[in-house]
Amino acid sequence: MKKDPLSLFFAFLVLTAAVVTFGVLIFLIGYILVRGVPHLTPSLFAFKYTSENVSLFPAIITTVIMTLLSLLIAVPLGLFTAIYLVGYAKKGNKLVELIRLTAETLAGIPSIVYGLFGLLFFVTYLNWGFSILAGAVTLSIMILPLIMRTSEEALKSVSDSLREASFGLGAGRLRTVFAVVLPVAVPGILAGIILAVGRIVGETAALLYTAGTVAKVPESLLSSGRTLSLHMYVLSGEGLYTNQAYATAVVLLIVVLLINILSVYAAKKLTKG
Amino acid sequence: MKQYKETIMKGIFFTAALTSILAVLLICIFLFANGIPAISKIGFFDFLLGRQWSPNDVPATFGIFPMILGSIYITGGAIIIGVPIGILTAIYMARFCPKGLYRILKPAVELLAGIPSVVYGFFGLVLIVPLVRSVFGGSGSSILTASILLGIMILPTIIGVSESAIRAVPEHYYEGALALGASHERSVFFAVLPAAKSGVLAAVVLGIGRAIGETMAVIMVAGNQARMPAGILKGIRTLTSNIVLEMGYAAELHREALIATGVVLFVFILLINLSFSALTRRVR
Repeated sequence: MKKDPLSLFFAFLVLTAAVVTFGVLIFLIGYILVRGVPHLTPSLFAFKYTSENVSLFPAIITTVIMTLLSLLIAVPLGLFTAIYLVGYAKKGNKLVELIRLTAETLAGIPSIVYGLFGLLFFVTYLNWGFSILAGAVTLSIMILPLIMRTSEEALKSVSDSLREASFGLGAGRLRTVFAVVLPVAVPGILAGIILAVGRIVGETAALLYTAGTVAKVPESLLSSGRTLSLHMYVLSGEGLYTNQAYATAVVLLIVVLLINILSVYAAKKLTKG
Repeated sequence: MKQYKETIMKGIFFTAALTSILAVLLICIFLFANGIPAISKIGFFDFLLGRQWSPNDVPATFGIFPMILGSIYITGGAIIIGVPIGILTAIYMARFCPKGLYRILKPAVELLAGIPSVVYGFFGLVLIVPLVRSVFGGSGSSILTASILLGIMILPTIIGVSESAIRAVPEHYYEGALALGASHERSVFFAVLPAAKSGVLAAVVLGIGRAIGETMAVIMVAGNQARMPAGILKGIRTLTSNIVLEMGYAAELHREALIATGVVLFVFILLINLSFSALTRRVR
């Protein structure tokens, strides 16, 4: 059957849009890889940062510390909130609605506003100064709604018959949650954590005025340090280190790619289990 | 003993659940307490509608109207570029693309969402800025450049939300249209898409929120001149970049005025989020 002109036009439109979208993605990644990979020199990974080698190694260490610390704060809080919402709260409770509303609000706040809040509260009011700690706590508030939502969905997807069987065997609520429900929900919770890692690694605006931009390996949680994304922002702003900025972009892209592959893997586990 | 443990843990879960309420409260209190005094000192209308931002002059003037316009223009541009491409790509993914290809495209969209904004900003800086400069002239750091970049950055948001809206339309809409003799394309565009209208609109609203809140990528390509918009090939500053650019050295009233800029941005975002949740509620 021959299609009429309007149908052909529609088909053309959607195909063009898809080609543009994925063309841009492929081009962006390709461009940065081609320009950046040749500049991935060993001196870029030197332990000490100097203005000559502009090493990104301290930034990698800072990123790892920042990620772990933020997760250490946000994951228990988010997971416990989800456990409360799914297992304890009564339906139609006003407080539960308020918790959901505030979580939605948190999810929509742009990162610069988090940065501003972190500067006002943690850095200035609590007098932590520009520090890894201030940055990590700010980030943990930022990723809290994400952890909460994904954990809640994961817990909800656990079938009720498992819970009932556990109760039937005489287990209490607590035991049911930790011994029966949580193990089944792990892949879903993990997928949320992986997404959160992606946000932490990519974050800049929330860290600029909370963690500061010192390029050294941090000595303590109260010293300032720049993560990889922040490092890249500073490099590209200085204009002198474009090649190193390309190389940093390559490292960032690889990290993001790995995170995405992991999350696809976790999601697959989820649908199987 | 066992009962005791249950109660304690319940208390812990409950306390954890209160964190998000506490966080929103703290954010509101600290932003407003530090920002509102500056707005009243400068004058509400002088601050919001003042056309001059010159914190270093004597006496200094703090009008953020240029930045408000800057945010609106760049967001508008991003919407013009990102929304049609995003929605059409979502239609392609939901209704046109073969299953095997979808298994590659879906993670690709997630990858697009996962790329950090500095990397986008850098890409804009080294590629889109020179491109705009050589095609249209000028410095290249402009409203147009920022709009193109943000248009790309909001694509995953638009695609993700509209795709699920399109998939949520009951299959019999499509089948009914086919049965009436419409082609595949016509059925999708005239029966399925209108039914997904409010979900697609929600996607656009969410995209607007992303675009207004974006900071680092915009700073790197928009030129950042604090003046009234002078044309789409001229540079401009947004609310978000105003905060980042000057917070490092600002003091006293200047610093408070920057925090007040954050308050204005925060209120903008709250309004956008409210309309987003109103839209998604209606879908449910």
